[in-house]
Amino acid sequence: MTNFFTTSIGRKILMSVTGLFLIMFLLVHLTVNSMILFDGTGDLFNRAAHFMATTPLIKVVEPLLAIGLLAHFLIASLITFQNQRNRNVTYGAFGRYEARNASQGSTWASRNMYILGTVIIVFLVIHLINFFWKMKFTGDPLLSEVIINGEHMENAYALVTGLFINWKWSVALYVVGAIALGLHLYHGVWSAFQTLGWSNKKWRKILNVIGVLFSTLLALGYAIIPLYVMIRSMI
Amino acid sequence: MKLTLKVWRQAGPKDKGQFETYQLDNASLDMTFLELMDALNEKLIAEGKDPVAFEHDCREGICGSCAMMVNGRPHGPGQEITTCQLNMKAFKDGETITVEPWRTNSFPVIKDLVVDRSSFEKIMEAGGFVNVEVGSAVDSNTYKVSKARADEAFDAAACIGCGACVAACKNSSAMLFVAAKVSQYALLPQGKTEGVQRAWNMLAKMDELGFGSCSNTGSCEAECPKGVSLSHIARLNREFIKAGFRKAGAEKL
Ligand code: HEM
Ligand code: SF4
Ligand code: FES
Repeated sequence: MTNFFTTSIGRKILMSVTGLFLIMFLLVHLTVNSMILFDGTGDLFNRAAHFMATTPLIKVVEPLLAIGLLAHFLIASLITFQNQRNRNVTYGAFGRYEARNASQGSTWASRNMYILGTVIIVFLVIHLINFFWKMKFTGDPLLSEVIINGEHMENAYALVTGLFINWKWSVALYVVGAIALGLHLYHGVWSAFQTLGWSNKKWRKILNVIGVLFSTLLALGYAIIPLYVMIRSMI
Repeated sequence: MKLTLKVWRQAGPKDKGQFETYQLDNASLDMTFLELMDALNEKLIAEGKDPVAFEHDCREGICGSCAMMVNGRPHGPGQEITTCQLNMKAFKDGETITVEPWRTNSFPVIKDLVVDRSSFEKIMEAGGFVNVEVGSAVDSNTYKVSKARADEAFDAAACIGCGACVAACKNSSAMLFVAAKVSQYALLPQGKTEGVQRAWNMLAKMDELGFGSCSNTGSCEAECPKGVSLSHIARLNREFIKAGFRKAGAEKL
């Protein structure tokens, strides 16, 4: 008997659900990060980061995020590989056809989700080494304790801004990561709803607009923070 | 009109195949693309060469047999037309036109441009039918179907099984075809006997035959000669999810 999650639609539903779950996290994460923009002393951001690190909920959400990302990545690899198999890929000058497909009626992002995803995951590894790893395990001189309203906490603000100020290339890296994420979601948002069957001729237009606005907001939001920190340190 | 045709020639399923280039001096703007292929074949026969094998039947856009990739697009340039409806006005004098078969392992080449699309028939056998008594025609309004529903079902029923969606898709997925066939019945009372089981059976067959999964890129819809919409794929997904739940329930009994 065919199992639901081994069918092509079943697998796509797992992609969609894990993708939407990761999006929820990205929203929370961006909200916390945006505190950097609103408070130059870093107190606001430090308090938010401290809350995120100590709330009991994080003990549940953190492993779920890791599992979600891993599942999303593994199924993406599986379906991308399987989808290549059935076409005579090695054939022509332009993929499987000799002549370039003049109008595919599709966006570049939608055809290159795996490449965009790979950029995201490479970025994520570097990003985790930059901050998460230091805050959780190895520590860093910049993290030395601050006291806000009588509460002791790590100076996450110093660690984050320190990276963007002291290593300017990291800003370029974070901007590339934000663009890749934006493009991934430019297609991903509407696609996730379509996969779940929550679309029709009318809703497709609405979902497309939501997807474009949402992906632009997220990409801009994540790109602006390192740019802002770097530029502020230079003027 | 003088044209250069670069055509895929393949003697049989096992042959490696290659492109051959032909010059054609007597093309005219009044021709359809298939008439151009006829002119090429007449020339080849006169020269004692093997004519190009291609499929065609109705030549009016309803049978779906005239499958070919023209300049990298299924059924050539233009919206919502089949190759037999493609007019030579779409090309310029002196142009080189590349003609290829659909390329996917689920549609193996039989000869030249002719591919074996029996995989579509196998998908139809898995669920593309209704188990209702046919008998004589029922009175009108026996089954009440709203105009919107009837229109949507008709859009789906317009699918001619040509395979352009598979040819256009980067994943060689047959989702648009399966969605059209599932939607057509899912929207009408006559299809209720099989219910969501139809979606399950047809999709399982599609997977088994090696077609890819759907990335929702929309290439299929852009190249479909009948303008079958991606909204039918959303409906297929809904039907399939319902079938999944039903199965999970039934298996526990
Ligand atoms: C924060 C990280 C990520 C988020 C928020 C995210 C989100 C999404 C969403 C919402 C979709 C649409 C699902 C659908 O079509 O139903 C999607 C699709 C996809 N994602 Fe991600 N993704 C992320 C990371 C990754 C990574 C690391 C990879 C792998 C290298 C990846 C590969 C893909 C692929 C290949 C698809 C398209 C699947 C298909 O072709 O049908 N994603 N993603
Ligand atoms: S859905 Fe469109 S492109 Fe696909 S087989 Fe049917 S008519 Fe052809
Ligand atoms: S020959 Fe029938 S659709 Fe073209």
